[in-house]
Amino acid sequence: MTKSSFSNIQSEYLALVDHNKCVRCKRCIQNCGWGVYSFGGDRIISDHNKCVACGRCYTYCPEGAISIVKNPTVVRENANWKDGLMKDIWRQSETGGILISGMGTTFKYKKYFDHVLLDACQVTNPSIDPLREPMELRTYLGKKPSKLDIEFDKNDEPILKTKMPPQIELQTPFVFGAMSYGSISLNAQKAMALAARALGIIMNTGEGGLHDDLVPFGKNIIVQVASGRFGVHRDYLNSGIAVEIKIGQGAKPGIGGHLPGEKIGVDISKTRMIPVGTDAISPAPHHDIYSIEDLRQLIFAIKEATDYEKPISVKVAAVHNIAAIVSGIVRAGADIVYIDGYSGGTGAAPNIIKNHVGIPIELALAQVDERLRNEGIRNEASIIAAGSIRSSADAIKAIALGADAVAIGTAALVVMGCHVCGKCNTGNCSWGITTQRPELVRRLDPEVYGEKLYNLISAWSHEIQEVLGAMGVNSIESLRGSRERLRGVELTDTELKVLGIKHAGF
Amino acid sequence: MITIDAVGMHYRELNVLIKEGIKRGIKKFFLENVNGQYYIGDGIKGDDVVITINGVPGNDLGAFMDGPTLIVNNNVQDNIGNTMNAGKILVKGDAGDVVGYGMRGGRIYILGDAGYRIGIHMKGYDEQFPVIIIGGKVGSFFAEYMAGGIIVLLGLNDNNSDEFYGEYFATGMHGGTIYLRKKIDFSKYSKEVELYEADEDDMIFLKKYLIEYSDSFNIPRGQIMGKPFYKIVPSSARPYAHLYTSA
Amino acid sequence: MLKLKNEFSLERDISGCGLCGIINSKKIKTNGSDIKKAISIEHDRGNGLGGGFAVYGNYPDYAELYAFHIMYDNLSAKKDVEEYLKNNFIIEKEEPIPTFKTSKIYDHPYLHRYFIKPKSDRQDKLFHELGDDDFVVNSVMLINQNYNGAYVFSSGKNMGAFKGVGYPEDIADFYKLEEIEGYMWTAHNRFPTNTPGWWGGAHPFTLLDWSVVHNGEISSYGINKRYLEMYKYNLSLKTDTEVITYILDLLIRKHGLPIRLAVTVLASPFYHNIDKMDKNKKELLIALRQIYGSALLNGPFAIVFSYSNGMIAMNDRIKLRPLIAATMGHFTYVASEEAAIRAVCPSPDSVWSPKAGEPVMVEFEEPMLQKGGLVSL
Repeated sequence: MTKSSFSNIQSEYLALVDHNKCVRCKRCIQNCGWGVYSFGGDRIISDHNKCVACGRCYTYCPEGAISIVKNPTVVRENANWKDGLMKDIWRQSETGGILISGMGTTFKYKKYFDHVLLDACQVTNPSIDPLREPMELRTYLGKKPSKLDIEFDKNDEPILKTKMPPQIELQTPFVFGAMSYGSISLNAQKAMALAARALGIIMNTGEGGLHDDLVPFGKNIIVQVASGRFGVHRDYLNSGIAVEIKIGQGAKPGIGGHLPGEKIGVDISKTRMIPVGTDAISPAPHHDIYSIEDLRQLIFAIKEATDYEKPISVKVAAVHNIAAIVSGIVRAGADIVYIDGYSGGTGAAPNIIKNHVGIPIELALAQVDERLRNEGIRNEASIIAAGSIRSSADAIKAIALGADAVAIGTAALVVMGCHVCGKCNTGNCSWGITTQRPELVRRLDPEVYGEKLYNLISAWSHEIQEVLGAMGVNSIESLRGSRERLRGVELTDTELKVLGIKHAGF
Repeated sequence: MITIDAVGMHYRELNVLIKEGIKRGIKKFFLENVNGQYYIGDGIKGDDVVITINGVPGNDLGAFMDGPTLIVNNNVQDNIGNTMNAGKILVKGDAGDVVGYGMRGGRIYILGDAGYRIGIHMKGYDEQFPVIIIGGKVGSFFAEYMAGGIIVLLGLNDNNSDEFYGEYFATGMHGGTIYLRKKIDFSKYSKEVELYEADEDDMIFLKKYLIEYSDSFNIPRGQIMGKPFYKIVPSSARPYAHLYTSA
Repeated sequence: MLKLKNEFSLERDISGCGLCGIINSKKIKTNGSDIKKAISIEHDRGNGLGGGFAVYGNYPDYAELYAFHIMYDNLSAKKDVEEYLKNNFIIEKEEPIPTFKTSKIYDHPYLHRYFIKPKSDRQDKLFHELGDDDFVVNSVMLINQNYNGAYVFSSGKNMGAFKGVGYPEDIADFYKLEEIEGYMWTAHNRFPTNTPGWWGGAHPFTLLDWSVVHNGEISSYGINKRYLEMYKYNLSLKTDTEVITYILDLLIRKHGLPIRLAVTVLASPFYHNIDKMDKNKKELLIALRQIYGSALLNGPFAIVFSYSNGMIAMNDRIKLRPLIAATMGHFTYVASEEAAIRAVCPSPDSVWSPKAGEPVMVEFEEPMLQKGGLVSL
């Protein structure tokens, strides 16, 4: 077991090659973005220390000769001083740096979705067979007036008088979460764009601007405006179906972002509209938003620039006082509020933030929905819930808690091969997702993975239809906010109260 | 040419009039009795469109603007030139906080003073080159995170004082150049920047902007260009490269 | 003690049921024997834990007054409620509701009626300028929520609900419906599935001139309730019928939607059908769904709702509950079962089964000239 240099930190995984099976085809060397494998004259040699268990090598080894195992060498067990803590100390004592990593928190906080059960019909009202009968998932995102005004034409037929605010039509209540070109590869974005168009849903540029190749997908794209304003200009604002102001992100509430200069190649430079090789720094706050009325000012600055034709979404991280914050955002004129829970993903975030700041999306969502209803303004904005939606079950529960739609980020990347190794920040992603290295990006075929994304969302949509049918309703709007169809298990009274649901059995 | 009396008008109405006018091919607009209307010039296009504003316009003047010229004969409030892409804003008075935030192109010339947080995250790209020139003094957090273009701080109106800039000057600056007509106290620099005396090439480069500035406000050219300039540039395009360790 | 209100520890009270309705568009009055006969045919659709009737045109002498039917389970509740009524209403007449003890209905609350109108100088005028109808609604909710042992089960003009725990034919005898005359009748036979019977929970549910009888369980109850709560409705009964009534009140009385559009909200067409409509209609129906999606009644239902200008019967958008309609001269009949109609009208001019979500709407030929509220639409 070799180590690349002296360090207290032992390699976490071992990349073991069965040399009897290995045919020396060297695909592992090609496939590994981390440089684990090299050829030692007659056999493959592994530098275990570089292995992140991303799964690329064994997936592509034609002989099944590779296994990645946890390093059995123990760091002396101590329930208080877990080995991760010691490793962090060693790492920081070597570099003096803030620890960063990609993806959501790895901490094991309670996952409330896993403690909520769904209802179904038995006898007193019937379930509906979703295979035979219509089961509507169509969802409109945007501000809804509280009431409708109509007038009558000369045949006394009612016609719409209310001027409806702009809406985004989704064929199924999913959107792809914001992931910028820079944090992920262009091919990864293209895969989402293709899937979004085929599914009748939307993707989100993130804060990295809109690449020319994605312009034709505008009707399926939300363009984002973050504090760095990368690639943001008038035509950009008008090129998507909606504009999102990014205030925060679940994985890193309250802090900004850096795309390091080495990732800013020619193409990203063009899309972000910054010079090649400079850091793309998104400051922690928008410097034109220091207070809620400033948010209103930016919302309407964008509405003015888009002639009031685009819904404006505001993305915030779920933090302690989220209900009041979202209430303020809605009153500031947002048409959509995107709430990102603390276990949401990221391209890079300091571990101190990622693992310790924010609150779960389930609790945030429940409180926001309740608060907006109490204030009588729930219709004023749609809510997108995000922050580790891992399955259609999570999506259904989020919608029943009050979300209009859910966003998926990490799940979409998992479709593309991501094994959630959490090394997105390094730019070495062997799957071609969170990297800008051309030889790695090239292996992510947008059409292949676009289709897989399509398959996933289609499958999840069918699963939602199954659940709706079991609940005896044939439209998603009859589930949305219907907490009566949820029951908690293994939850305290306080948790149940926050979620606004009853314990199972009641 | 069109004159619009903006008295008592809501910004939405006023901006619709301007946008419709531009669509009809009008090039010159005179807005009279403006007082506090937000978003004038927001998201408009047209390199030959000139809007002259009498009165104090509201926040976000020229936000997302992409070509036209705005001339303000009074003071302006906060957030002018927010994320501006191209065009020109001339202010014949003082400006509030946050001038040219995220500005990518065009020019903002301010005759008087400007407030806090001027030129934050201003950035150049390709042929787009944002320029801010301020005649008077500025507040703290000047040029924070500056990433491109130039900001010229003249300190014209306050000759006896060194305090023509605030604290946290150019913190996080990682691109572009700041030019100063006066030398400043080195201890107030951020660690990320370096100070030089402007050389001949700099002055040749600056000249066209300074001439345009002085001509715009009818200031004798010599009054501005008579003294040596100093320049501040970032030490690195990657100021925080060593702050992080991959976990 | 008798149960007037839903004090069971339940989020909601659900039931299966049978229903029928009879309306004469010329306002020719009939007594209650036909409706009793019709609903008794549907005996097996209930379980003896709730039956009731609504009749319109039964109080011609007090047609301009709100007729409050109140049930009490003790006399001190009566004293308290009457104190409230005296402070806020002019009481033109009050009397016990005539009842006749039968072998089937022997245990009942004290039933009293009041013909009243809100005082013009009532105290709440200091705080807001509510119309009479809104004030009556608030008063009904206030009494039902805050006055223990009292429950207002009817509050409209020239109409009344008569209901209780028992089979509907026994309830009809208890109130001697054959001595009451009206031009529109509805009836309900209840099969509660998760509560013992309670007097207030019997149908019809009424509010002002609205009365609703309903069969089926609304699977979207949870969101319908939360939607109404946003508009400050207090859903104390926890029944589907209450939800339906309040949705109609919101859509028609408060938001001013024409009745034909309000019923479209309750049983909206599917998007795949809306998408095929012409531009104006499509735009309107999509907007209706966008705005009122939370008011969609999803799940099985057949309802008959009556108001001072007529009657509407409809079922859900995929027709999970039965509904039959028939006409005979100026009479229109609706019922869960055709036999209920045939029992009182053996040879109707026409009999049909309305399509899913398609309302049967009957209006009186001379609309009421009553002012304000629901009828002003």
